[in-house]
Amino acid sequence: MANLTSDNLCMTFTNPQTGAAVEALKDVNFTLKKGEILSVLGPSGCGKTTLLNIIAGFINPTSGKIALGDNEITGPGVERGMVFQQGALFEWLPVSKNVDFGLRMKKTPKKEAAAQVEKWLDTVGLQGFGDTPTYQLSGGMQQRVALARCLVNDPDVILMDEPLGALDALTREKMQSLVLDLWKETGKTIMIITHSVEEALLLGERLFVMAPRPGRLHKEYRLPFAEMGLTQSLRDVKKDPYFSEVREEILTMIWNMEEEIMGRV
Amino acid sequence: MSDFFHWLSVNRATIAAFLIILLLITFVFSIVIGRRLSAIRDKDEVFGDPERTKGGWYWAVCGVSALLLIWFYFSWGSARAYFPKSANELCQVAKLHDAVSPINAALPSGSRYFKSTTLVARNSEQLRALRAGFPVAAFSAAEGTEVESLFDELHGLIGIYSDPDKQDPESNSKLASLVDEINGLSGRLRDGHSGYEPAPEAASQSAWGLTHIEIPLLPETARGALFDKVANDAQGVAKNFLKARNAPPAAVDAIADIRARIDVLAAGAAPEGADEAALKDRNNFIKSLDRIFKRLDDGTIFPAAALDGVDDAMAGLQQATQSAKGFGLRFVESGFMPGGSIIKSRTQCTEQGSGRWLPKPTDVVAKFGLLANPDLEAGGGFKGTPLFWWKWLPIADVVGFFTPDWIADVIPGEFGRHGPDGNFEPNLKDRVLAFAQGDVPMGHVPMFAGHIWDSLFRVLVALALGILLGVPLGIFMGVSRFFKSFFDPLIELYRPVPPLAWAPLILTIFGIQDDGKIFLLFMVAFAIMVISARTGASGTQLSKIRASHSLGASTGQILRNVILPNAMPEILTGIRIAIGVCWGTLVAAEMLAGTTGVGFVENVARTVSDYELIWVTILIMGLLGLMFDLFMRWVIDKSIPWRGKG
Ligand SMILES: Nc1ncnc2c1ncn2[C@@H]1O[C@H](COP(=O)(O)OP(=O)(O)OP(=O)(O)O)[C@@H](O)[C@H]1O
Ligand SMILES: [Mg+2]
Repeated sequence: MANLTSDNLCMTFTNPQTGAAVEALKDVNFTLKKGEILSVLGPSGCGKTTLLNIIAGFINPTSGKIALGDNEITGPGVERGMVFQQGALFEWLPVSKNVDFGLRMKKTPKKEAAAQVEKWLDTVGLQGFGDTPTYQLSGGMQQRVALARCLVNDPDVILMDEPLGALDALTREKMQSLVLDLWKETGKTIMIITHSVEEALLLGERLFVMAPRPGRLHKEYRLPFAEMGLTQSLRDVKKDPYFSEVREEILTMIWNMEEEIMGRV
Repeated sequence: MSDFFHWLSVNRATIAAFLIILLLITFVFSIVIGRRLSAIRDKDEVFGDPERTKGGWYWAVCGVSALLLIWFYFSWGSARAYFPKSANELCQVAKLHDAVSPINAALPSGSRYFKSTTLVARNSEQLRALRAGFPVAAFSAAEGTEVESLFDELHGLIGIYSDPDKQDPESNSKLASLVDEINGLSGRLRDGHSGYEPAPEAASQSAWGLTHIEIPLLPETARGALFDKVANDAQGVAKNFLKARNAPPAAVDAIADIRARIDVLAAGAAPEGADEAALKDRNNFIKSLDRIFKRLDDGTIFPAAALDGVDDAMAGLQQATQSAKGFGLRFVESGFMPGGSIIKSRTQCTEQGSGRWLPKPTDVVAKFGLLANPDLEAGGGFKGTPLFWWKWLPIADVVGFFTPDWIADVIPGEFGRHGPDGNFEPNLKDRVLAFAQGDVPMGHVPMFAGHIWDSLFRVLVALALGILLGVPLGIFMGVSRFFKSFFDPLIELYRPVPPLAWAPLILTIFGIQDDGKIFLLFMVAFAIMVISARTGASGTQLSKIRASHSLGASTGQILRNVILPNAMPEILTGIRIAIGVCWGTLVAAEMLAGTTGVGFVENVARTVSDYELIWVTILIMGLLGLMFDLFMRWVIDKSIPWRGKG
């Protein structure tokens, strides 16, 4: 029921001083079915964050329409959870108060909220950290808190903008497994922006490669690796010959785009 | 208890002696410990590491003890502690200086020039100036020549006085006998103080610095007695010196001649056709001439050579004084009484220089103890108000302050009237009015009282109001275009004006008591709180705001749960700054007007030059300010541990 549909989405930023216009997005069309996990790749500045911000409802598109189910998106809402690159946690609150923030805003009864917090902290592997101040957590733990904070609200869609970008390789791999596990357990629609081609392949059941100037969808893949990652270790998945093949293809694609930008500038 | 304070007060010099030794030991040890500990710690922390500023109590101890030692030294506290009799001896020396000061004032050994030299120079100069400005039009040609020769004769008169060959022989012998008398004084000083006895009454005088008369007057030592006696006789010598006059025979003739000539000139008439202005010039000229002449005819000018003997004798007396002081007293005077000396003026001896305007630490503590005594009858407190105490506050006063009178007016009905039987029965409206005016007794609550509390109260109330109103406004200004643009010009217009510039206006409008001062401080605190809350609010990370939007928070919830806590570090820093600025402004405002408060105390102290009281108030202000700041630092550390880690 709750498919995410984008219909001729355009976003043009105009510099108020110079009047110069940047076409961050142009004619973006796609449909993301409920329960799908999508990763978005593309060279820097191709409009990935802009797309995500529009879906989250933080900014309004210049033209075109984007809707979740039958409801056109006009502003932020609880049904679309967001995980930022760097926590954006409330550092003056301990972990549990960060996680139950959404529940408190809804005035959920305390007992019920406490149970929820417990459950989601368990799920992300932070049991017993409820009273820890967030500024004492490591980067990976902070992202787990951010995930739990988002999940506790039970959103239909989870939007992540480079959620694992600031983590080291090992932590990153663990977090990737966590994301896949969560995807399977909760059946949420997930959209994840990343700079890492490997991560995009591992996490994306579907994968969009975007191209810059104007920002647009360049190519779409349907990939088996996310399903494989649910049962196998991620390292084994990466050893799959098809994995390397697609990876090389996309790397070349993005490389060429970058070259093109350089050439044009 | 009061016995104990009395004991402390009487023995303050001895206590100071112990304290100073203790301070010296502390000072040295803190340096030793500090150097050792720093050497260990500095190895672990590279230069620039903020850890390098942590701890270091030993340097704080070192600094404080150094400061106290400097204070003791420059206030002559150490002199009084270790050489309690020295001031009394120096007082006797000061008596001698005081006695011979008229002689010194006339001699180069005491004041660079002979008084005669000064007189000659001044009178000659005035004569020259008068001669140059001679109003030709106001005199006839004959008179003109006459005046010229009169000037020459006046110059000649100065010459007669200054000429050793023409000097009055009688004055010469008088000066010679003066020299003998002065040398006699010197001789007695050189002979030393053996055989002299301190005055018996001296035993019963109170010690240095314990009464209003700072330094006891009667000599307490044999050396002091010597100076006292010599000073006594020196007064007679000084009198003789002042009576000495130079009346050369040649001058007597010249004076009579000049007198007659000036009189002729004064009796003469102005030439034909002289106008009013010329007449005036003529009169003024003759008057000036007469004035200078009258200064010359009293024989106070001596030939320089005639006074050389006295000058030498006085230099000898100076040397004799130094030698009679002995090494000990000279050492104490130059080594322990920096920045001044003891002088005698009229009926008392006082410390001069830093010893006077820098009260001794022990005296300041004693003064503070006196002020802090809440027993007003026993002389405690200041101007009928204790320093810091408590009192019973009628609850009705508080209720009356907060309840506006108009609530009685809005109750339907009329205020009561007296009946025909001459009775007045208050109705409901009357009772409410009495309540609103604070006339209904409701018991009492204990409340702080006193000068310090009054100051604190003003600051705290103003600060509370400033926070309550300033923080919300600042936060709204940080998030709303309307609030920012609407209030920014208003606040930025009044804020840069120094608070004291507002004071005259505000104090006129709101009264010089609490209301006016609280409002003035409120203005200060309000602007600071608005700006800091605004900075804090507008500095909220966009991603945090967006996250909370996505988590379903409403505008109000975001303000309360995200923006306010996010602005907390800035708000607390703002409070810290506001306290400091309010405190400074308050004291100044209290100095302008009012009858209570720390600033008021200092203002009174200033008008009566009570340096001890001034320093007590300065210390109170400094310590309270320090306490405020330490408290705020503690609050900041406790309440926003995430600062700088977000
Ligand atoms: N608020 C804005 N005002 C003006 N231009 C903007 C704004 N936000 C983004 N842009 C422009 O839109 C384009 C796309 O930006 P966007 O942040 O979406 O890129 P991105 O794909 O997320 O890049 P990166 O991978 O580096 O995060 C860029 O050219 C950027 O300069
Ligand atoms: Mg981006």
